Amino acid sequence: MKQLSDSVVAKLRAEMQVPDLDGTRYSVVRQLARGGMGSVWLAEDTVLKRRVALKVLDLVAPADDLAARLLQEARILAGLEHPGIVPVHDAGTLADGRAFYCMKYIEGQTLAQHIARKGLPDKLRLLERIAEPLDFAHARGFIHRDLKPENIMIGAFGEVLVMDWGLAKVGATGLKLAENEIATVVRPTQNSLRVTGQGSVLGTPGYMSPEQARDSTTEVDHRTDIFSLGAILWFMLTGTTPGELPAGTGSMPRPLRAICERAMAADPNARYQFAGEMTADIGRYLSGAPVLAYPEGLLERAGRLYTRHRTAIVLVAAYLLMRVLFIMLERR
Amino acid sequence: MSANSQNGNFPLTHYSVVLAAQSDDPAARSRAIEAITAAYWKPVYKYVRVKWNITSEDAADFTQDFFTRLLEKEFLDSYDSTKGRLRTFLRTCADRLFMKQVRDSHRLKRGAGSGHFPLNYVEAERELENVPNSESPEDRFEKEWVRSLFTLGLQRLRSCCESESKMIHFELFERYDLEDADPKPSYTQLAAEFGLAVTDVTNYLAFARREFRRCVLDQLREMTATGEEFRREAQALLGVEVR
Repeated sequence: MKQLSDSVVAKLRAEMQVPDLDGTRYSVVRQLARGGMGSVWLAEDTVLKRRVALKVLDLVAPADDLAARLLQEARILAGLEHPGIVPVHDAGTLADGRAFYCMKYIEGQTLAQHIARKGLPDKLRLLERIAEPLDFAHARGFIHRDLKPENIMIGAFGEVLVMDWGLAKVGATGLKLAENEIATVVRPTQNSLRVTGQGSVLGTPGYMSPEQARDSTTEVDHRTDIFSLGAILWFMLTGTTPGELPAGTGSMPRPLRAICERAMAADPNARYQFAGEMTADIGRYLSGAPVLAYPEGLLERAGRLYTRHRTAIVLVAAYLLMRVLFIMLERR
Repeated sequence: MSANSQNGNFPLTHYSVVLAAQSDDPAARSRAIEAITAAYWKPVYKYVRVKWNITSEDAADFTQDFFTRLLEKEFLDSYDSTKGRLRTFLRTCADRLFMKQVRDSHRLKRGAGSGHFPLNYVEAERELENVPNSESPEDRFEKEWVRSLFTLGLQRLRSCCESESKMIHFELFERYDLEDADPKPSYTQLAAEFGLAVTDVTNYLAFARREFRRCVLDQLREMTATGEEFRREAQALLGVEVR
């Protein structure tokens, strides 16, 4: 048999990874991302003639437990019907034995790309929209556990989606699944610490709460996501991950810095207790009201009030000035 | 075609040439060493040829000597799959044997590679002409291992296709996936060339690729001792970083 050239060997290696979609309604277009135990593929739904994303376990992933976890991830997503959470269409097993699920293909930008040219108010409103699906999931007992800018997508119509629920956990108030841990195939980035299984460290340094980093799964509740949300706000305002050298934090308004710090408090009890509380504080900042996270001084309050009611204050001041001038002229 | 590999998981019982090569049954050991030799002789030959810069005759002698010693249970008894990969073990053994031979200055001369194993050194030498100088011998050894595995997988695929009267599937695969042609022939061109419908070309190629994947993984299973080792090696083969 003729020797296989290096380029043919490379092509065959790539070919080995392509999921076998024989017997399904999908055909592979290209790979979108890959992780430690699986990959995400862009595929075409040949029946509905639309593009979808397939999350598929590797051929050699350690057998059944991961397949069960992938299915659980799909079920979590299917149970969280919210415009800010990517919908799942289908799940099952491919002809080559690999577990998969099919979800909506999001064509859009990552958070970092999207905010590159946005002003402060737009960034803050965006954070409010990131918090909405989180609040929704928390209310149903689900914890994301891997919130970070890479897992936030902005769709073509401006929709904000929280992606990658591969590390999601069902909290104490949530639905009881077969296992309390639903760590599964993920799309790790360079900074990710990804170990699957109960009692392991899961998450991404910089965006992971101290209790999550301590590997104390019993301590971790939905407030670990509040920490990550604070870290994401920090990233949106400074362009850096918390813990990195600060870039331009001096210009960050103190109330916003206080909001970040409260969300990222080491003690979960000192954080905002719900995502909605945090966004309410952001809403107050946007409307010029005092934020709960920041006890302001008299001068700061005066400055804020001036900024908030500048027109009225200027008009009143002008009126008073004119009255004084008028009285003085009259006395002469 | 084996059913136990359908889902890519490691079967509960499987034939492992590594375990067979460590057995006390001479016939089983001989068959197993032949299988290991088929997979590893080119990587070993090209590795010593490039790393130690020896002549093709000396490399051929060394390769014969190395695999003969494997047959004589000189190395493999000390191999423990939990401590490392077989190919790393074999490469280390090759280095040690070479250093020992240099030190003792008594290389076994069997006469230009003649010996127990009928190996085509002329072909290996021709393939070496295309090796880029920038590659380290260790990297080359890894690449040769993958190439060797794929070549054996292809031989299995060919046998399967022959036995199932599906040679046209294999020929299409060979024409479309195994040639360096630039630009590649289109499915329409292949359909005209082979006298098929375009949908048949699509289906036949999908079949061949699926079977090729199965053949390679089956081959790899045989070359490993445990399920864990198989997964490690398969992840390396697929280019997936093991975490």
